[in-house]
Amino acid sequence: MPDQPRIGVYLCHCGTNIAGVIDIKKLLAYAETLPNVVVAKDYTYVCSDPGQQLIRKDIHESKLNRVVVAACSPTLHEATFRRVLQEEELSPYLFEMANIREQDTWVHMKNPEEALELAKDILRMSVARAAILEALEPKEVKVGRRALIIGGGIAGITAALDLGNGGFTVYLVEKSPTIGGRMAQLDKTFPTMDCSSCILTPKMVSVSRHPNVKLLTYAEVKDVQGFIGNFKVKVVQKPKYVDEKKCTSCDECAKICPVEVPDEFNAGLSWRKAIYLPFPQAVPPSYVLDDVNCLGLTPLACGKCKDVCEPDAIDYDQATKEIELDVDTIVVATGYDPYNPLNDQEYNYGIFQNVVTSLEMERMLNSSGPTTGKVVRPSDLKEPKRIVYAQCVGSRNERTNLYCSRVCCMYAIKQARQLKEKHPEIEVRIFYIDVRAFGKGFEEFYERAARDYGVLFTRGRVAEILEDPRSRNLIVRAEDTLSGNPLEVEADLVVLSVGIAPNADTAEIRRVLKIPTGPDGFFSEAHPKLRPVDTVVDGVLIAGTTAGPKDIPDAVSQAKAAASGAASLMAPGVYVVEPYYAMVDDSICGGCGICVLLCPYRAISIEDKRARINEALCKGCGACASACPAGAIRMNHFTDEQVMTQIEHAVAR
Amino acid sequence: MPDRFEPYILGLLCNWCSYAGADLAGTSRIQYSPNLRIIRVMCSGRVDPRFVLAALKNGADGVLIAGCHPPSDCHYLTGNLKARRRYYLLLKLLDQLGIDRERVRLEWISASEGERFSRVINEFTEQIRALGPNPLKAS
Repeated sequence: MPDQPRIGVYLCHCGTNIAGVIDIKKLLAYAETLPNVVVAKDYTYVCSDPGQQLIRKDIHESKLNRVVVAACSPTLHEATFRRVLQEEELSPYLFEMANIREQDTWVHMKNPEEALELAKDILRMSVARAAILEALEPKEVKVGRRALIIGGGIAGITAALDLGNGGFTVYLVEKSPTIGGRMAQLDKTFPTMDCSSCILTPKMVSVSRHPNVKLLTYAEVKDVQGFIGNFKVKVVQKPKYVDEKKCTSCDECAKICPVEVPDEFNAGLSWRKAIYLPFPQAVPPSYVLDDVNCLGLTPLACGKCKDVCEPDAIDYDQATKEIELDVDTIVVATGYDPYNPLNDQEYNYGIFQNVVTSLEMERMLNSSGPTTGKVVRPSDLKEPKRIVYAQCVGSRNERTNLYCSRVCCMYAIKQARQLKEKHPEIEVRIFYIDVRAFGKGFEEFYERAARDYGVLFTRGRVAEILEDPRSRNLIVRAEDTLSGNPLEVEADLVVLSVGIAPNADTAEIRRVLKIPTGPDGFFSEAHPKLRPVDTVVDGVLIAGTTAGPKDIPDAVSQAKAAASGAASLMAPGVYVVEPYYAMVDDSICGGCGICVLLCPYRAISIEDKRARINEALCKGCGACASACPAGAIRMNHFTDEQVMTQIEHAVAR
Repeated sequence: MPDRFEPYILGLLCNWCSYAGADLAGTSRIQYSPNLRIIRVMCSGRVDPRFVLAALKNGADGVLIAGCHPPSDCHYLTGNLKARRRYYLLLKLLDQLGIDRERVRLEWISASEGERFSRVINEFTEQIRALGPNPLKAS
């Protein structure tokens, strides 16, 4: 360090948060005794404009080259003070925050003497560290205007449209043969009772025809390398064996196909052929041949579909395609899976035919569904007169998922209302823990269901479902927790209100993109409140139910937020990276390669027998620096020397 | 209790989980024993065993390493797992050096576990108090 450190120390009262606990004047007197401290001052709110002015003035008048502020946590105001330094033409990385609020006066409020001693220690450590901080330069990387969106449900479609409309190039990759996602399976949506298809399908069409959006269906992201502004993406597209451009959706192939398998779109309630259109409004509107169930992709085995296809759209010779994309940002919108209640013994789902999931009910309610809108019992196809809803299946339960799925209360009430609209005479009873009707118009919707539609609400979780083997009627056991009485209710049909579970592909996406998931299994935000669509990987954003349970309006808002987040990353053309990366001292490095194995971001390679660190890939965890046997790796802003200095000063009272 | 031994504990906390957990204890105003001095590192995987040895050599009575919950909470994917591997190797080294392995502790504390953070600090403080001062301090 060429310059002798000249440190300014600023002690913040934070009103009474700090000064109300410790004697700030004593701390100030102590600060003045610390080495290299040229100026020490205290002020009520150092983060306020006059507080900042104090620092600005001293930087010039006292020729400060380091600043320490003893106040709150760096997560709160480190950025604020770094900006002050930058504006006064000092490197922002010559700033150090001493956390004497969250980690001192707020946790030792009843022990002011010890709190003061601790504040002295924290300050001493910070001043010592500040003296050897280095003037790092923020790094800039070039960023283009191409986004990859993974998942073509409502969140992915919305993000694709927003980015496309903003003039960015978008690749929308969807695993299924059609876009639309889970929303396409829904009949009506709460609380406005819009028809789901009516609001979704126009968006599916617009996104497929958008000049800036390239749609890749039946395709999966298999590998992603690189970093913001420079992602190299490998997409694998499965063959549909049908030429999308030639197919006229005439249905002749499906009519003649001899293979029948359960139809995923109808939640397994009907059959589809091995060559099929996923649903009438599928986009792209092309049939797809499912090669797992097809008798054989050759006229020798069957070949009937090819024979009847007038436009000659069927091509048995199509093969898996590998597509490489270069993109600058990535939005993950891979959605959810409905919770599968097969293993929950109390419900006997999958054993008793008349126990169905809410998704199966949704398909039955749909006029283009397997029963053309007629709700029936699977055992005898009769219309049920008594329907029971069991809430929180796969939610709010220690044995399944602890979280609330946020949509089940409302969709159960919605389905109950639909049932009562069609058949006012039937009995619909909802067993609930508590009704969470928190959104706009939700509470009113719930009240009307009970008041105007006569939906019955019983507070108590369903404990057990039994079956009368002759009538196939169900006996639902629960405790009415309002009266404290055990209840037995006979029903013709039981609907399990299944929750939202992380998509089965989450693990794969996590591996490919290196973004973390939380304890619930959903992708984690960079900050739960202030960065809700960013991930910890710069340039990778999350939207929709992939980030946690949410309803359609929330998924759409998040998609719009992710699109705007991606746009604001790409629009400037450059991106500034914190210079927290590791550096190699070539004169010490022996090229052993231990660091290469440890780096989770594949940022290190061995070139000319020396480790090379790609600064843009490095996220600055420092795992390499702590393992380098030669001590050749320097972790910027957290160097061995800096940490060791803090350690030394922590106990040298 | 004028004669009660007040241990010096050094905490090496990862920025994303445990340091944030310590902050949360603060914002929740959970009171805990004032024996901890915190150093922030970006990841528990940054904790070089030499840091721990240096702290003990400098007279810390106990050292806490804290990071994100395994397997999947780590901000850097696997830094916590690296910290864990190093921790168990370090314990063997401590045995060889004749330093009580109870003086070094590894904990997983998430950003939402302010309560747990304070509990760990209280427990660890009592544990070190029972062990007595770091014998290296005298030498």
